[in-house]
Amino acid sequence: MPNDKVFEARSITKVYNMGEVQVHALRGVDLDLEKSEFLVLLGPSGSGKSTFLNILGGLDVPTSGQVNYRGTEITAADEAALTEYRRRHVGFVFQFYNLIPSLTARENVALVTEISLDPMAPEDALALVGLSERVDHFPAQLSGGEQQRVAIARAIAKQPAVLLCDEPTGALDITTGIVVLEAIERVNRELGTTTVVITHNAAIASMADRVVRLADGHIASVETNEQRRSPRDLSW
Amino acid sequence: MRVSALNRKLLRDLWGMKGQALAIASVVAAGVTMFVMYQSNFDSLYRSQRIFYEQQRFADVFASLKRAPLRLERRIAEIPGVSSVYTRVVADVVLDIPGLPEPARGRLVSLPARSRPLLNDIHLRSGRWPDPFRDNELLAGEAFFTAHRYKPGATISAIINGRRRVLTIVGSALSPEYVYSMPPGEMIPDDRRYGVFWMNRAALASAFDMEGGFNDVTLRLMPGASIEDVMARLDRLLEPYGGFGAIPRALQFSHWSLESELKQLRDFGFLIPLIFLGVAAFILNTAMTRALALQRQQIAALKALGYSNGELAWHYIKWALFIASIGAVAGVLAGAWLGRSMIVIYNQYFRFPVLDFRLSIGVTVIAVLQSLLIAALGAFSAVRRAVRIPPAEAMQPEPPARYSVSFSERLAFGRRLSNITRMVLRNVERHPARSSASIIGIALSVAILVMGFSMVDVMDILKQYLFSYIQRQNVTVTFAEPASSRALHEMRSLPGVLHVEPMRAVPARLRHGHRHRNVSVVGMRAAPRLNRVVDRSGRAVSLPPEGLVISRKLGEVLDIAAGDRVLLEVLEGSRPARFVNVSTLVDDFLGLSAFMEQDALHRLMREAGTLSGVYLQVQDSGASAISARLKRTPAVAGVSVTAAALRSFEDVMAQNMDVMILINVLFAGVIALGVVYNAARISLSERERELASLRVLGFTRGEISLVLLGELAMLTFLSLPAGVALGYGFTLAIMSSIESEVYRFPLIITPQAMARSALVVLIAAAISGLFVRRKLDRLDLVAVLKTRE
Ligand SMILES: Nc1ncnc2c1ncn2[C@@H]1O[C@H](COP(=O)(O)OP(=O)(O)O)[C@@H](O)[C@H]1O
Ligand SMILES: [Mg+2]
Repeated sequence: MPNDKVFEARSITKVYNMGEVQVHALRGVDLDLEKSEFLVLLGPSGSGKSTFLNILGGLDVPTSGQVNYRGTEITAADEAALTEYRRRHVGFVFQFYNLIPSLTARENVALVTEISLDPMAPEDALALVGLSERVDHFPAQLSGGEQQRVAIARAIAKQPAVLLCDEPTGALDITTGIVVLEAIERVNRELGTTTVVITHNAAIASMADRVVRLADGHIASVETNEQRRSPRDLSW
Repeated sequence: MRVSALNRKLLRDLWGMKGQALAIASVVAAGVTMFVMYQSNFDSLYRSQRIFYEQQRFADVFASLKRAPLRLERRIAEIPGVSSVYTRVVADVVLDIPGLPEPARGRLVSLPARSRPLLNDIHLRSGRWPDPFRDNELLAGEAFFTAHRYKPGATISAIINGRRRVLTIVGSALSPEYVYSMPPGEMIPDDRRYGVFWMNRAALASAFDMEGGFNDVTLRLMPGASIEDVMARLDRLLEPYGGFGAIPRALQFSHWSLESELKQLRDFGFLIPLIFLGVAAFILNTAMTRALALQRQQIAALKALGYSNGELAWHYIKWALFIASIGAVAGVLAGAWLGRSMIVIYNQYFRFPVLDFRLSIGVTVIAVLQSLLIAALGAFSAVRRAVRIPPAEAMQPEPPARYSVSFSERLAFGRRLSNITRMVLRNVERHPARSSASIIGIALSVAILVMGFSMVDVMDILKQYLFSYIQRQNVTVTFAEPASSRALHEMRSLPGVLHVEPMRAVPARLRHGHRHRNVSVVGMRAAPRLNRVVDRSGRAVSLPPEGLVISRKLGEVLDIAAGDRVLLEVLEGSRPARFVNVSTLVDDFLGLSAFMEQDALHRLMREAGTLSGVYLQVQDSGASAISARLKRTPAVAGVSVTAAALRSFEDVMAQNMDVMILINVLFAGVIALGVVYNAARISLSERERELASLRVLGFTRGEISLVLLGELAMLTFLSLPAGVALGYGFTLAIMSSIESEVYRFPLIITPQAMARSALVVLIAAAISGLFVRRKLDRLDLVAVLKTRE
C-alpha cells in the first residue's frame, strides 16, 4: 500500500556537538512506516534509537535529512508547528513514565484530553489499559507497571495517529512488562494506531509487523514477521 | 467550576513548596504593607490639606511688621497680582497656666468683629465664637486645648503688654496656618507649653496699641501672578513700617513642615517598598530556578504531550503570580491596618478638621499590580531558562553537578579543613551567583536595620548636641522689646541665679547677589559659657571680633564661602544696611543661623549694650521658682526651660522611635528569614540525596546539619559587612532626602547600631536554621535514596 505511508524518513543524520567531540547519533537512516503498522526498533544502547524516535515525534530535529508525516515535511516545521503536531497526532510513552507526580492518574490523562480535539474520556482511556480501579491514585501510589499503563492511557487518550514508545518496559519486570505490552498491542489492534516501540529486548520483536535493528546510527537489518505473536506468548 | 489539570498541578506544586511560598509571600507582603501604609497616608494627608486650605482660604504670602496704619491696606491691594489682602494683629505673649510650673507661650491672632477672617479662616471645633463685645474671650488652638483637657469656659492668664490678664477660653479652633506648630526657637512640638489663640481684633488692638493699625498681613494672589514680584513690592511698601520681610507659602512654617512630611511619605513609600519587592523578586527567582530544575522532566513530558512553550511559561509564571497575590492581599490588609495607626499619630501632630485614613482604590491597584509585575519579572528568567530546554534533551536525567576544589581550600590552610567544611565551601563557591544573591539579600535586611538603628542614634546625638553642647543654660529668657544693659544686672540679682549671659537677636535679611534669606542675627560673647556655637563634632566655635559666623547650609543657600561679603539689612529700629564679612561657616545640625560677636553687632546697630534676652544658669532647685517669677514679669516675652524642652524631646522620641524600631526589626526580620530560609530550602533540596547517603554511611544528624547550617552561617556572616556598607548608603540616602534648611542629620553609624542589626539578622537566620534542621531530622532515608532526579 504505497499510498498509505505515515512516515517517510530520508537520510536522517544527527550530530551532537559536545565541545571538542562530535557524537554521531544517526548516520543516515531511511525508513518508511505504514498506517497501523506495529514496528519494533532494536539495537544496543547508544545506537541512536531514542534519537530517531524523538525526531519522528517532533521532539528533536535532525542535523540533516528529511521526515515527512503524511506528506508534510515536519523537519522544516517551526517550534509552534511542531507543538501543534505533537498535540494533534503523536502519543508518547517513555521508559520512566514521566507522569506528573502532583496529578492523579485521571488528571494525568486529562492533561492531554483537555487540549485535544476529539479525545476519549480519561476514564475510558484508563479502562483500556485496565486501570479503572486506580483513577484517583497519585503516581507515587502506583506500581511501576501501573504508572506505565497510565502513561499509555495518557498517550492514547487523544486518539493519536502514532504512538511512540521508548523502552516502555525497560524499568519493569517480566510479568508487568507483558501487561504493558498487551496494552500497547491492544491499542494498535483496536484503534489502528501506527506504533513504534523501542527495546533492546529481542524477544519483544516477535509481536511486531516489522523489526528494525539499529547499530551505531545505521539501520543494520529489517525483518518482517509473517505472524505477529501475542505478548503472552513471548519468551524473555 | 472545573479546574484544569494543569491548574491543579499548579496548586499542588505550590502546596508542596508552601514553606518557601510563604517566605516569599511574606517579603512581598512586607513591601506592599510599606507601600500601602505610606502612600495611603500620603493620600489622606494630602487630601485633608487640599480641602482644608481651600475651605479656609489659606494665604499665599505672609508678612509681619512693626506697625502700619490701616490705610496701607489699599496700597497693598493695588500691587499687581494680589487678589485679596487681609491684615491682622498678631502678638506673642507669656502665659501662666495653672498647674504648669514653667511659663507657656501663646500667639494671639486677631479675629474681625463682624465677619469671618478673609484669609486663613479658622474652623470652630468646640464651644462658640468669642462675643464681639467682650475683650476677655478667646478661642484656643485645638492642640493646646486638648493637651490641657480644657472645656469651654476654662481660664488662663496672659501677660499682655505688661499687664496680667485673665482670659476665658470659649472654644477651640483649627487654622490652616497652624496645622503643625512648634514653640518658636525649639525643635519639637510641645502642645502644653505653646498655643495659638484667636481673639477679637478690637481687644487685641487696644492691648497692643494697634488701634487703626496692623502688624501682620497675608495675601492671596491671582492665578499666574509672580510671587517674587509681589513679595518685593510688598517689602518696599512695608519697609517704612518696620516690615520683617515677606515669606511665601512655601516657607510658611506649618505648610513647610506638612510638605516635607508629605515628601518623606512619598519618598519612603517608593524607596522602601522597592527594596522589599526587589528582595522578593530575587528569592522568587532562586526558588523558581530550583523548583523548575526539579521539574525538568515534567516540563519535557508536557512538551511531548503537546503543550507549547508559551503555555508552559504562563503555567510557571502563574506560580509566581499566585505567590505574589497572596503577599499583595496580605500586604494591603496589613498596610491598611498599620496605616490606620499611623494616621492616629499624624492626628496628634497635624491638626485638620478631618484627617481620616483612606485606602484608595488607586493605591490598592498599584500595590497589587506592582507586586505581580515584580514577581513576574523575578520568575521570568528562571522560567525562560527552564522552558527553553529542548524536550528531547530534558528527557535525559540531569548530569551530575560539577564540583572543583574551592578557592578557599587552595589557600594555605586548605589542608587542615574537615570534610564537612570542604563540602560547605565547595557548595558556596559552586553557585557564585546564587551565593552572592543570598548574601545581598541578607545584607539588605542588615542595611534596613542599620538605617533604622542609626536614626535612633542620630536622635541621641542630636539630643546631646542640643542639650549638652549648645544649650548649657537652664533657662532662656526673651524680652518683649530690646532692653538696656540694666536688665542683665536685674536678672543676675534674681535669687538662685548663678550666671547670666546676654543675647542680642536682630531680625535681618542677608543678601548675596540675587539670593537672600531672612534670619535672626544673634550677638553673643566671643566665647560664651552658656549658649554656644558648636559644630557637628561638638567643638565650640568662638566668634571673631568682626564679621559673621553662619551655618554652612546658609552659606549654600546664599552661595557664600568664608571670606565673602554679604549685605546685612537690619529689619528693626533704624534699619541699617551694611556689608559684612562672613568669617566662618559652621557645620551645624539645625536651622539657618547667623552669629556675631556682641560688640560687633552693637557697633553695626549703633547701640550700646542692648539686649533681646538672657541665658541663665540657675541652681538646680531654683529653676522652677525663677520661671514662676518670670512668667509674671511684664517685660518678658518668653521663658524657655531647657529641662522642659528636653523632656518633651524625649517624650516625642520615645513615642515615635519605639514604633519605628519595632516596624524596622519586624520587617527586616521578615527579609532575613525569607532569604535565609529560602537559601536553606534550596540547598536542602539539592543535597537531600547527598545528605541521606552520608546518614547511611553513619554520619549523625548533627554532623549532616553542619553541612547545611554551616553554609547558612557562612552566607550570613559574609553578608554582615556588606550589609553595614549598604546600610551606610541607605542612611546617607534617607538623611539627604530629609536634609533641609531646618534639619541636617549627621551620618554616624555607631558600633551599637551595627551590633544590634547583626543580632537581629543572626536571630532570624537561626530561626530559619531551626526550621531546616527540623526538616533534616525528618529526612526519610529510604524515600530520598529511591527517588530519581
Ligand atoms: N543530548 C545529547 N547530547 C549529546 N549526546 C547525546 C545526546 N543525546 C544522545 N546523545 C548521544 O547520541 C548517541 C545515541 O543516543 P540514543 O539515541 O539515546 O541511543 P539509544 O536510545 O539507542 O540508547 C549516544 O552516543 C548518546 O550518548
Ligand atoms: Mg534510548
